[in-house]
Amino acid sequence: MIKKTKLQAYNSPKLLAYALIAPAAIYILCIVAWPLIETIRLSFTNSSLAGEDYVGFQNYEKMLSSSKYNKIIVRTFIWMFFSVTFKIIIGLIGAVLLNANLWGRSAFRVLVIPPWIVPIAIGCLGWLWLYNGYFGILAGVGMRTGILDGPYGFLAYKNSAFISTIITDVWVGTPLVTVFFLAAMQGIPKDLYEAAYCDGASKWDRFFKITLPQITPVIITIALLSAIWTFNSFEVIYILTEGGPRGATTTLIIDTYKMALGNYKFGRGAARAVIVVILLTIFSAFYMTVLLKINKKVSHE
Amino acid sequence: MNKYSLTHKIFMYLAILVFMIFILLPFIEMFYASLRPLDHLFRSPYQFFSDDLSFWAYGEMWNTVPKLGRYIFNSFFLASCVAIITLLFVIPAAYSYARFYFPAKNVSLYLLLAVNMFSGAVLLIPLYKLLRTLGLLNTYLAMIVPGVAFLIPTSIWLLKSYFEKIPIDLEEAAYVDGASRLQILRHIIAPLSTPGLVVVGIYAFIGAYAQQFLFAITFNSKKEYMPIPAGLYEFIGYQTVKWNEMMAASLVGIAPVLIVFLFLQKYIVEGLTAGGVKN
Repeated sequence: MIKKTKLQAYNSPKLLAYALIAPAAIYILCIVAWPLIETIRLSFTNSSLAGEDYVGFQNYEKMLSSSKYNKIIVRTFIWMFFSVTFKIIIGLIGAVLLNANLWGRSAFRVLVIPPWIVPIAIGCLGWLWLYNGYFGILAGVGMRTGILDGPYGFLAYKNSAFISTIITDVWVGTPLVTVFFLAAMQGIPKDLYEAAYCDGASKWDRFFKITLPQITPVIITIALLSAIWTFNSFEVIYILTEGGPRGATTTLIIDTYKMALGNYKFGRGAARAVIVVILLTIFSAFYMTVLLKINKKVSHE
Repeated sequence: MNKYSLTHKIFMYLAILVFMIFILLPFIEMFYASLRPLDHLFRSPYQFFSDDLSFWAYGEMWNTVPKLGRYIFNSFFLASCVAIITLLFVIPAAYSYARFYFPAKNVSLYLLLAVNMFSGAVLLIPLYKLLRTLGLLNTYLAMIVPGVAFLIPTSIWLLKSYFEKIPIDLEEAAYVDGASRLQILRHIIAPLSTPGLVVVGIYAFIGAYAQQFLFAITFNSKKEYMPIPAGLYEFIGYQTVKWNEMMAASLVGIAPVLIVFLFLQKYIVEGLTAGGVKN
């Protein structure tokens, strides 16, 4: 009896529990939560390096009534849609290939990781050279094979810059997606496949009737997570095009950054940041709901 | 059942080849460009082959950007500091989450996840003002302080799952036998959780190494504190861009991460995967 109460005291000391969490919690409150609230406050001011005055909803009115800003919102979502879609499709194909029982697969599984762990800012320098219109290998191959009739700066034209930045962002995000899908595929019970094999199901059948349904929860969570990260993607565009040419690759994050720290218009930048936060919150709420639902379903099974 | 016909195999290897080219092309091209003399790189019409490949750029780059060594050191130093500080915050918190029940436990855990949804970019304005007020702009701390905050959430989740794997009976037995909490921490928890601490430490190091760019270009303008992702831009801005040297420096700059990764890839993949989908 004494042992039991003693153990209970050992296992649920509330004060100690909070004390251990406090440093991390206070840190997050200072560096993430407070700045978030401060951003909201600043968005109602005309804050700059010179000082600040309260201006009400002026920043928002200006921003939301400008057709340029509305275009940026639409562009961000188009950019995000294509980037996430390709990450998911290529990641799925990659995972199937790396899951196949082929010679050398453990080496391939290692080789797929680098774009993920290498600083994006450095990886993008490689792409900057690849996209070079005169001397990059893409333009080089294009000219040699006759696809291009002359030098072609991939980042110099609106549409090709838009597509090029998407390709690089897909490159950054694909390894993560592949590895997660691969892990999910390895978790599928083997007997499902054996049963299907005995029933004479083809490889395609096995993929579409077993693999795909089994990993759908992971596909959904990763798609949402990937959407959030893609939405936040900053370095790829900033390094390759700085949002150009003529704004063709300016997304919400780039626009926010340039307004706030390119022009030091903190107030107007903060209003843009608030819009980003609102959109991110909607995504995150969606993500959390899905995650909780899936976890519940898994634990019920 | 896992046997493939020959055509199948060829088809799959071809697909893997295309996939791998997509993933590795920038690195291959970086390496190739780093070996070619500058005037070969700038030849028109485009040439695939150079006859005199050499590692010349790897020597010359230190002269073109004299502080290059310093930038590489800075990157390493910053990432190590961020990783260590992150661990200091995360170890007690993760232990508490793994072992104790208290009100608001689950809510706060999910709030932590929500922090992951925000990139630093959104919070830059108040962070800039905060760091300026504290007088930390243009110091190492300007890049360390925000860096730690964005690594804490995932690290807590990761380490929590490691602590949960240590059987609680061990602790209870020691406690009943009269060991103090501190003794339990030192003699039971610490040795058993070392592998987990290593994984989380590496995760934090790689994460910190990767996120330096944004904080560096925003909060620091002093060359002596610049990390390599930002320092590489010095190769641009001379009359011509010295691409071969920039590519050589890039590869040297990513070498620390790649080496850490190659040696510990099994643990890292495990750790990274645990960071996204939690159960």
